[in-house]
Amino acid sequence: MSTVIENPVEHFEKHFEELEAVTIRFAGDSGDGMQLTGTQFTNTSAVLGNDISTLPDFPAEIRAPAGSLPGVSGFQLNFSSHDIKTPGDQPNVLVAMNPAALKVNVPDLEDGGTIIVNTDGFTPENLKYAAYSSNPLEDGSLAGYRVHKLPISTLNMNALKGAVQLTRKEMDRSKNFFALGVLYWLYDRPIEPTIKWINAKFGKNPELAKANEIAVRTGYNFADTTEVFTTHYTVKKANIAPGKYRKITGNEATALGFVAASQLAGRALFYGSYPITPASDILHELARHKSFGVKTFQAEDEIAAVCAAIGASFTGHIGLTGTSGPGVALKQEAIGLAVMTELPLVIINVQRGGPSTGLPTKTEQADLFQAVWGRNGECPAIVVAPATPADCFQMAIEAVRLAFKYMSPVFYLSDGYLANGAEPWAIPEVNALPKIPVTFATDPASFMPYARDQQTLARPYAIPGTPGLEHRIGGIEKQNITGNVNYDPENHHLMVRLRQEKIDRVVQDVPPVEVCGEKTGKVLVLGWGSTYGSISTAVERLQSEGKSVSSAHLRHLNPFPANLGEVLAGFETVIIPEMNLGQLCTMIRAKYLVDAVAFSKVKGRPFQIREIVRKVEEYL
Amino acid sequence: MSTGSNGSNGSGNGNKPIVEQAISADSEAGSAVSGKVAPPPGQMKKADFVSDQEVRWCPGCGDYAILNNVQKVMPELGIPREKIVFVSGIGCSSRFPYYMNTYGFHSIHGRAPAIATGIKCANPELSVWVITGDGDALSIGGNHFIHAIRRNLDINYILFNNRIYGLTKGQYSPTSELGKKTKSAPMGTIDYPINPLSLAIASEATFVARSIDIDVRHLGSVVEAGARHKGISFIEVYQNCNIFNDHAFDYFADRSVRSDNVLYLEDGKPMIFGKERNKGIRMNGAHPEVVTIGEDGITEADLLVHNVNLADPSVAFMLARMEQPDFPQPVGIFRAVERATYEDLLVDQIDVAIAKSGPGSLEKLINGGDTWVVE
Repeated sequence: MSTVIENPVEHFEKHFEELEAVTIRFAGDSGDGMQLTGTQFTNTSAVLGNDISTLPDFPAEIRAPAGSLPGVSGFQLNFSSHDIKTPGDQPNVLVAMNPAALKVNVPDLEDGGTIIVNTDGFTPENLKYAAYSSNPLEDGSLAGYRVHKLPISTLNMNALKGAVQLTRKEMDRSKNFFALGVLYWLYDRPIEPTIKWINAKFGKNPELAKANEIAVRTGYNFADTTEVFTTHYTVKKANIAPGKYRKITGNEATALGFVAASQLAGRALFYGSYPITPASDILHELARHKSFGVKTFQAEDEIAAVCAAIGASFTGHIGLTGTSGPGVALKQEAIGLAVMTELPLVIINVQRGGPSTGLPTKTEQADLFQAVWGRNGECPAIVVAPATPADCFQMAIEAVRLAFKYMSPVFYLSDGYLANGAEPWAIPEVNALPKIPVTFATDPASFMPYARDQQTLARPYAIPGTPGLEHRIGGIEKQNITGNVNYDPENHHLMVRLRQEKIDRVVQDVPPVEVCGEKTGKVLVLGWGSTYGSISTAVERLQSEGKSVSSAHLRHLNPFPANLGEVLAGFETVIIPEMNLGQLCTMIRAKYLVDAVAFSKVKGRPFQIREIVRKVEEYL
Repeated sequence: MSTGSNGSNGSGNGNKPIVEQAISADSEAGSAVSGKVAPPPGQMKKADFVSDQEVRWCPGCGDYAILNNVQKVMPELGIPREKIVFVSGIGCSSRFPYYMNTYGFHSIHGRAPAIATGIKCANPELSVWVITGDGDALSIGGNHFIHAIRRNLDINYILFNNRIYGLTKGQYSPTSELGKKTKSAPMGTIDYPINPLSLAIASEATFVARSIDIDVRHLGSVVEAGARHKGISFIEVYQNCNIFNDHAFDYFADRSVRSDNVLYLEDGKPMIFGKERNKGIRMNGAHPEVVTIGEDGITEADLLVHNVNLADPSVAFMLARMEQPDFPQPVGIFRAVERATYEDLLVDQIDVAIAKSGPGSLEKLINGGDTWVVE
């Protein structure tokens, strides 16, 4: 159905329809403000009480040529009246600001889905940029969809002309807010939270604030009063557990988690980092929290960032460094130094498509091997991975706890999807968060730099400034107990095994992996990291159909939980979906001699629920 | 595979399980710690800074003289021993921290300034020293060299320049003279050498000095002045490698020629050198030149007077470019100016943030942003 715009007439009687869940994708040029539009819609929906899950999808280029296919920026949002864990397999609604945005995103839209286009963006020039030989709005190629053609730029410009003192170009920039206003009406959301946000954000530039506010209001009123839309929809509050919530992205939760860990440990946080997509937001966020004593250090390179963190750890701070895969490659020698000197250190890797520069803004899970094995020598480190954006908070605390307890580097494997994806977060009670004990050596009479705790095998933590404990550490092999430089073959053989044994013993601190569903059956779907949402939703769907399938999710990847072998043994087939070529699968096969099946998707995009459902069905 | 548990004993130390070996302190060697609290700062002696580790440099190495001097200077500084940290990278000189009875960190190649940055930021009260060599600082660690210096952390940064790779047995270094024949350049090097002082000055160093390993008294005074400077103190020490680059500095540093070929820079004094103390440096337009006092009516008053405090680094840079044989090789303090240190600015920002909004509240932080309550 297409719509011709007439002048707004008297108020029509509009229908209300209730929906359980809606997935919208906003798409436009990277300069069109689609991320912002999507984020505003998300915030408003979250505050309304819907469950939400988002997937921003933006190009690596900051401003690729306007109208070009590589310049398309998208933001997908799933909001629902029930519990959701993914941003939705297929959008129900596509908002496309130009032909390129339409072309890139239409293949993902559900059959019969709704398209809202800005017809002003469909100039001959833009059609050419998007490699359309004819105008898809006129050639019938969108016949399978419900298309709403709105001259958004023109409508917005008419509303602003004479109302604000801005150039045409500046006025045109607020057209995304017009589109947002339309969507707010369509899905029965209040515009006030966004107007409040606009006035806070653009307070210093009142004309811009005014323009954006007018744009939202006009978009809303336009949708309300014209006959373009005959129906609008409501999505009720989700039935989620009682508590106080906020919307949070993985990178925000990561930053807050490490600030919390610092408070819980009573040790200052030092964050050494070099800007890199998609990890930079963690640096930005931590740099804002100086009142917590957080010291952020934007280093000259990745190596300096990790080395400074190691220096800070040596001096009693929480040494933290954050980056993405290529940065970890540069840091590995220094991480080996932290393994050798047995200092606490946490390395955040917000994984992205690789190898090399790869897909900087897209997600991937292909750095698991890099974390577990990527250094010279026998060089074991602890590896943990959050499962959802909100889980990043807990796992950050967990990483710091293990680093101090075992005097060891800990890898924290997030990814681009977790980093930028958002979901509601049940804000925890501060008093309920576990304290992180940190004990320093102080007694010169008994101090030996490489003597070990009987239970954890951690060496004592003696920081500069402690009288009588002056000692030297370094990357050369250490003599057992004394820590002196030592090249003795037997000592090396012993120390290599001690370092491994120490990491193996972390298992005593790893909670058993939980099985969702029956403990035995035909198929177990095992995952780690950001695949949690798709896997658990797919498995729940199959379980509701009575299928013999369970799921389990690993948040500790080195060492594995003690009960993992037993869990795996309860199933005929173990399927491991990963956004890599089967890295966890290889580890599982090697350690447990289980004929696990790798289910790989390495497209820079998360798994869809239905992809996992289909894969599992092959083995039922 | 490393995720597996290793229950086997392997060999060594009888058949004791590895864990038992780790916990029982039956090691025959001494420990890496003294086990003793140092005397109060005023009563410390050089011996209090000597660790129990056997020094393993080649006999005759210039490193011994530098170690000896630094250990001698330490008690003069009046800093409690536990507040001193020596950090090094990789190379012969980088073994230095093992021989100092202070806190020490022998790190990885080129990265000592970065590790030291983390240490100083975490605890600005510590006296932090970086010991490095020409390869460590200027090749693999070149980037950290520039950035640690421009940030002006209050760190003492001593570069042992022997113009050769010693630990890897004799390859050319970034300070080796052009055309030098080494194992890795049998027909002579084709890399133009870098001048460490030029690079330090270009990197906005606030304290820049140079000395010579065998000029013991001068070296001690330069090290002490560097330690007392608030901000980065960069000191290049010409250090003889008697195995792979012996006599490298004899052409100016040898006792027989030193007074003629070395210019000792002294703050506030005219630049005079020579056995007869009759040679000097004079500006001729924009260029320095060597002149003889008493010839052509030249007097001391015509000579350039050294001033370490000039905000403009141009003269210091000019002096850093003076080299034998056209000029005497200058040593001493080239530049000593004040600028806020990185760690002070870092701590200031934290203090300002706390003064403005109070100490951070975790409760407030996690409850920030738009929240909603589900009943």
